[in-house]
Amino acid sequence: MNNKQKKMLSKIIMGACLYIIAVIVSKISFSMSNIISFGLFIAAYIIVGKDVLLKAFSNIKRGKVFDENFLMTIATVGAVIIGEYPEAVGVMLFYMVGEFLQSLAVDKSRKSISDMMNIRPDYANLVKEDGSVETVDPYDVEVGNIIMVKAGEIIPLDGIVVSGKAMLDTSALTGESVPRSVNEGANVYSGSINKDGLLKLEVTKEFSESTASKILDLVENAAAKKSKTENFISKFAGVYTPIVVFAAIALAVIPPFIFPGTGFATWIYRALTFLVVSCPCAFVIAIPLSFFSGIGASSKIGVLIKGSNYLEFLAGVRTFMFDKTGTLTKGVFEVVSLHPNNVSEEELLSKAAMAEEYSSHPIAISIKKAYEELKTELGESKDISDRLSDLKEIAGQGISIKVDDKEVLVGNDKLMISNNIEFEKCEEFGSLVYVAEEGKFLGSIVINDRIKEDAKECLMALKSVGVEKSVMLTGDIKEVADVVAKELGVDYAYSELLPQDKVEKVEEVLVENKVLAFVGDGLNDAPVLARADIGIAMGGIGSDAAIEAADVVIMDDKLCNIVRGIKLAKRTMSIAKQNIIFALGVKLIFLLLAAIGFGTMWEAVFADVGVTVLCIINAMRNLQTKNI
Amino acid sequence: MKRVYKLEGLDCADCAAKLEKKLAAIDGITSANINFMTLKCTLEAEAEKMNEIIEKAMEIIKVEEPDVEVKRA
Repeated sequence: MNNKQKKMLSKIIMGACLYIIAVIVSKISFSMSNIISFGLFIAAYIIVGKDVLLKAFSNIKRGKVFDENFLMTIATVGAVIIGEYPEAVGVMLFYMVGEFLQSLAVDKSRKSISDMMNIRPDYANLVKEDGSVETVDPYDVEVGNIIMVKAGEIIPLDGIVVSGKAMLDTSALTGESVPRSVNEGANVYSGSINKDGLLKLEVTKEFSESTASKILDLVENAAAKKSKTENFISKFAGVYTPIVVFAAIALAVIPPFIFPGTGFATWIYRALTFLVVSCPCAFVIAIPLSFFSGIGASSKIGVLIKGSNYLEFLAGVRTFMFDKTGTLTKGVFEVVSLHPNNVSEEELLSKAAMAEEYSSHPIAISIKKAYEELKTELGESKDISDRLSDLKEIAGQGISIKVDDKEVLVGNDKLMISNNIEFEKCEEFGSLVYVAEEGKFLGSIVINDRIKEDAKECLMALKSVGVEKSVMLTGDIKEVADVVAKELGVDYAYSELLPQDKVEKVEEVLVENKVLAFVGDGLNDAPVLARADIGIAMGGIGSDAAIEAADVVIMDDKLCNIVRGIKLAKRTMSIAKQNIIFALGVKLIFLLLAAIGFGTMWEAVFADVGVTVLCIINAMRNLQTKNI
Repeated sequence: MKRVYKLEGLDCADCAAKLEKKLAAIDGITSANINFMTLKCTLEAEAEKMNEIIEKAMEIIKVEEPDVEVKRA
């Protein structure tokens, strides 16, 4: 509770006590009871209502009429004039309690949102040239400076580890709860928390360009792109208020002439009640809050959504288009199978890896990586460079090298043919590497881009959240595309596409008038990301291009986070709708009751503040991420 | 060019929406946005007009919400 709220509470308590005493005094009659209770009521009224009265007057002076303060003042002063003191105090008291609860609820939601986005570092430990450490504002750190991050601290700026190792908690950035271990040479991102070690970093980006600042900026400004629902509500509030005010005036003025004998006082009271009910607060707070908490919650699970409008789109996506390489597949070549010919798998792989020792071709790297893994399993690791000699690269075919003075050939089928080696052609699909030693065929190695582990599961899950059609787009050859498409179970696959062809495909589907999402890695598909209704980029952490180009950024590489994002978007939409229907429904009922004379000022205050508080509480549900 | 301010003490969403509308109506402003939850007010305008627009915006805030304290965010 802040000071303002504490003051409010103490006024409410004091006012309530005086009010109760006044009610008791007025019930027991003794000589002075009327005057004493009147005095107590007025005192209670002034204590509780002073701020409202003052605000109302200062607002009127500035030409602002018909705000809440004005309405409460007129309503309660009116009650005092017609001699209903208990009602005047009671209603004011009730209103203040409502305002108090509302203020608490707003504060609570502000706090949970700021806790959720608690990745903004307050300071950085700058290591100076003489080795001393100074705590500075992260804004003052320059690119190339060395900073120190101790255990438990937030990494303040993006950088490269120059010394030390540690486990990093990146959950605030990616939603991934498994800590990541880093040591020298690793890129680290601001907003991660150093769990145990002591790190020294060389800063690579200034504070305002660092990951944490960018994410915060994105989330905080997401509200600027308003959803249709929000725009509808603000338009609605715009026409609603004047209509209600005129209705209230009509209610006060017209009926006394139609029903003579009912008196002006009754109808004025009804009109005032009507006005109090009518306040649009519940809409203007609770609807944006529903969206804002949805955006906050999604950023917590590592899905950045750049605007409420995208949240709305995401909830209604019917067609999903995926880029293949790097999105559905890992985008990294790996050895997927070995076909040895009269030798062990290990020998085949080790010969190939040794031969490729000096090569940096992606295929060579994948072979060496597979061998490294095998070697660690076997527990051997030796420097082999002294066993290699006579390296020859044969362009378009492969390499020839001597390993332990035996000639090893590693390359494609052309290399085998041109060296007259009898080999068995491998029919498996992927990039094929044939290995021979001293003219004898040792076998083949198949290298391929692996499908992401969660890709199939994600595609299935998408169907369960309302997606009707999944499409895969790729620049890769048809054979490759078809195999991947079949394995994943996508509905349509288009291959051998140039970047502009992808845009065309997107446009073809857009004609169908169904909300279309395109998922890519943000590296070379910026035009497609922009063209789709929603562009979703994978692997946002560390990739400015992806964050820049897309409307929704999945911070880590997990496809299933798309599904979680959709679920959150759907929940947001349903909470927003619940709030609209609830607030509007309650208001309409109470407006009607007030007009026909069944609504009291008490109920009017409930319909105003009570509904707002309930809607805020409902919107706050959207911050939860456990069951998503 | 963008400027971000924090409007401390802004405690009514309806008022925030009204204030936002008034700010957006300033002559020459590109966009004005108030985020009620983070209390951030973002004003965008061309660089040469920025100072003039900020001055006008501060006046409007003072008149509309005298209790609000404007801080640099």
